[in-house]
Amino acid sequence: MSPDPADTFRQEARDLLEALEQALLDLSQDHGNRDLVDSAFRALHTLKGSGSMFGFDEVADFVHEFETAFDRVRKGLAPISEELVRIALNAKDHVQLLALEPGEHAAAGTPILNELRALVSDGRGADGEEQSPEAASQEESDASAIDAAGWRVRFKLPADAIEMGTNPMLLLDELRELGPCEIVASGEDVTALDEHDPLGRYLGWDVTLRAAVPQDAIEDVFLFLREDMELSIEPLAPETDAEPEPADTPAEVATADAAGAPRAASAANAKAGASLRVAAERLDELMDCVGELVIAQARLSQIAAGSQDVGLTGVAEDIERLAATLRDTTMGVRMVPIGSLFGRFRRLVHDLASDLDKKVEFVTTGEETELDKTMVERLADPLVHIIRNAVDHGMETPEARRAAGKAECGKVQITAVHSGAEVAISVSDDGAGLDSARIRAKAEENGLIAPDAKLTDHELFQYIFHPGFSTAQEITSVSGRGVGMDVVKRAIEGLRGTIELTSKPGEGTKATLRLPLTLAIVEGMLVRVGDGRYAIPLSAVEECLELPASEVAGTSGRNFLDVRGTLVPYLRLRDMFGTQTPADLHQKVVIVGSGEQRVGLVVDQIIGNAQTVIKSLSRLHSSIGTFSGATIMGDGEVALILDVAQLVSSAEQQQRRAAGRHLELAA
Amino acid sequence: MSETLAEPEIDSETDTQTGTRRALTLALQGEVFAIDAGTVREILDMPPVTQVPNASPFANGLINVRGRVVPLVDLRVTFGMERRPPDEDTRIIVIETLLEGEENILGILADKVLDVCDLEDVSIEEAPQVGMRWRPEFLLGIARYNGDFVILPNIARIFAEHLGTLVTESR
Repeated sequence: MSPDPADTFRQEARDLLEALEQALLDLSQDHGNRDLVDSAFRALHTLKGSGSMFGFDEVADFVHEFETAFDRVRKGLAPISEELVRIALNAKDHVQLLALEPGEHAAAGTPILNELRALVSDGRGADGEEQSPEAASQEESDASAIDAAGWRVRFKLPADAIEMGTNPMLLLDELRELGPCEIVASGEDVTALDEHDPLGRYLGWDVTLRAAVPQDAIEDVFLFLREDMELSIEPLAPETDAEPEPADTPAEVATADAAGAPRAASAANAKAGASLRVAAERLDELMDCVGELVIAQARLSQIAAGSQDVGLTGVAEDIERLAATLRDTTMGVRMVPIGSLFGRFRRLVHDLASDLDKKVEFVTTGEETELDKTMVERLADPLVHIIRNAVDHGMETPEARRAAGKAECGKVQITAVHSGAEVAISVSDDGAGLDSARIRAKAEENGLIAPDAKLTDHELFQYIFHPGFSTAQEITSVSGRGVGMDVVKRAIEGLRGTIELTSKPGEGTKATLRLPLTLAIVEGMLVRVGDGRYAIPLSAVEECLELPASEVAGTSGRNFLDVRGTLVPYLRLRDMFGTQTPADLHQKVVIVGSGEQRVGLVVDQIIGNAQTVIKSLSRLHSSIGTFSGATIMGDGEVALILDVAQLVSSAEQQQRRAAGRHLELAA
Repeated sequence: MSETLAEPEIDSETDTQTGTRRALTLALQGEVFAIDAGTVREILDMPPVTQVPNASPFANGLINVRGRVVPLVDLRVTFGMERRPPDEDTRIIVIETLLEGEENILGILADKVLDVCDLEDVSIEEAPQVGMRWRPEFLLGIARYNGDFVILPNIARIFAEHLGTLVTESR
C-alpha cells in the first residue's frame, strides 16, 4: 500500500504553505526582516519544484509567477508592505486551492497575480514589461542580449549529499539550462577501493558556463545545499568588465560558514534530515497495539506474581519494563508541539481583525509545549471559537479603546504550559471583559435563573456555556449565533479537559483550558466499591486516608473530614453507586483534586496502581457522566474509570436536591 | 470459550432471489426472537460482567470482547420480561450495528441460542397493534418458523428509544 503521490505532494504543499504563511505574517510585523523574505522565497521555490515534479502544473505555473514577483522583493526592488502581505496571503490561499482541486480554480489566479505584479513593479519596473532576472535567465536565447559574460563554477557537494538524496546530475542539468556548459569532474578525493563508501562524496565539478546570467541564478541552483558545500563562482576572465557587480562580491561565495543563507535554512535542513513523515493512521494503529500490549502485560504480571517459577517472573519483569518503555516512546512519537496549531490562529486573527476593522496583536507563548497529536487536532475547533469570541466580542473598536484610555491596538494572547500531567492553554484578551449584567439579563430572559437569584460573576459566566446562549446584540458573520461556547465546552470535556472563564470589566477575558497530555493511557489507582472495581486517574489523586471511625456510620448530616486542619468534603461512592453489599470494616478515603476543589471519595478498598488504557464508552453509557471511560484490567475484566470532575458536580447536584427536599420537609 | 459461527456463507442479510433472510434465533423467557445473522459477530459464553452504576437496567453491564469494551444489553427489559440470573445455557450474541449512524458493537443477552435459519419473507407479518404486551414499534414483524412464532426485534428502534430517554433524562 503505497501512498498516492498526489497526496504526498498535498501533504508537502500544506507544510510549505504553512511555512510561507508564517513567514508572511511575521513579515507583516517586521517589514525589514530579510531572513523572513528568504524563508518565504525558499518555501515558494520548493513548492514550485515539487509541484511540477508531481504533475501539478497549475500550481507550478502559478507559484512560478508568484516567486518571480516575490523575487523582486527579495532583491530589495520592491518594498514590503501590509498590502503586499495581504496579497501574498491571498496568493498563498489560491495555491492551496490549486493543490486541492486542480483544474477548478486556475482562472481565479490571474487577478491575484496582476495585483501582485502591480505592487512589486514600483518605479523602475513600471513598464510592466520588465522581466525579473530569473525569468530572463531561463530563456537561453536571451544570452546574447545583455553581454556574453560567463561564469566558472566550481563545487563539491556536502559530505552527506548523496545519502540525503541529492542528485548531482540534476544540479548539472539545472546549470545547463542556464546556458551552454563545459563540465569537468575532478576526482582528487577518490579513495582506495577498500575504503570506498558507496554513499560518500568523492567528486567535485568544474563548470564553465558561457551565458550572461546573474550570479543569483547560479546560487539558486545550489539554494538548498549551500550551507555545507564548497562552492565558488567566478566570472570568466575576458568578460568581467562587462559585469562589474560580481566583482564586488567575494570570489569565494560560499563555503560552510561564510554562506549568506540564513540560519533558518540550515535548521530546516537539519530537521528534514532527522525526521520521517509517517501516516497518522499508522501511529494510531501503533498506539492501539501498545494499548493491547499493556493489557496483556498486566495479565502476564498477574500470572507471574501467582507463580513460583523464577524464569517466568524474570521474563514478566522484562516484558513489563519493555512495555513501559514502548508505551512512553510511542506516546512520545505522538506528541506534537502545539505551535503548529497556533500558526493557524495567527492568520485567523489577522483576517478577523481586518474584517472587523479592529487592531489586534496576536501573541503566542509556549509553542513548544507538546501534546498528543489527536488532542492537538481536536483542540483546533474549540480554540478557533474562543479566539473568534475574543476578537469579535472581547475586543473593542480602536475608537472605543482610545476612549477608554487603552492602546488602540488590542492584544490577544494564547499561552500553553505544562503543569504536571496536564497542559494548560489560555486565551486572553485585553478587551472590554464579559458584561455580567447582560449575561444576567439574558439568563433571566431565557428562564435560566430567577430574577432575585444571588450569583457571583464566576457562576454567572457559566451560563455562557449554556446551549443557545449568546449575548451578542447583533449577529456578525463571525459569531453571535448562539452556537459556540456550549460546543466548545462539550468538545473540551470530550477530551477529558476543563474550561474556565475569568473576566474583569474593562480589562479583558481569559479562557483557560486544562487538558490531559494524552487520550490513550492514564496511570490509574484501582479501588473497590462493593463488588465493582474502578480506576481513578492517578494525576487527580492527592492522598489516601482511612475513614475515621467517627464517620463510618454516616449518620451525621455533614460529610466533612479534617485533613491536617483543612476541611475536605467527601462523597460515599457506595451511596452514589447504590451498592447493596455490606461495607468493608475499614473504608478508605481517596482525596482527589478537581479544579480548585479537594474532595474525598470513600471506597471499600484501595487495590493498587495500574496502567489503564482508556476505552471510550458507547453512546449507551457516555451520558451517565460519572465515568470518563472504561479499561480492561489484568484479569481481563472491565473496570470503569471515574471522571472526578463530573463525579463532584453530580454529587453537588444530588446534595442540592437533597437539601431542597429537607427544606420542603421542614416547611 | 467462544463458539464463533463457522459460517462463511453468512454474507447477505436478505437473499432477494429466494425471498428469505438468514437469521439467528434465540430464546428469551420462552419466546423465540430472531436477529439478522449478517450482523452477528460471535457468540460467547457468559463472561464476567462489570456493572455500570446508575445505568438503565436495559444496558447496565460491560464485557470484554477481545480487548474491546462492549455494552451488554438485555432485551428482556425492553419486552417487560422477568430477569433471571444466567445459567449454563445463557449466551451473549455479539452484534455489530449502526446506532445513529455510528458503528457499534453490542452484546445481547440470550437465555439460549437456538439455531441459524432462513426465514421466508412471505412468512413475516407486521406486528399486530393489539394482542401483545409489547410496543409494536419495537418489532420489525412476526415470522413463522417450524410452526412457532418468531419475534423480529427492531434493534435500531429499540436503541433509538433508549438513547432518546437517556438524553431527556440527563437534561
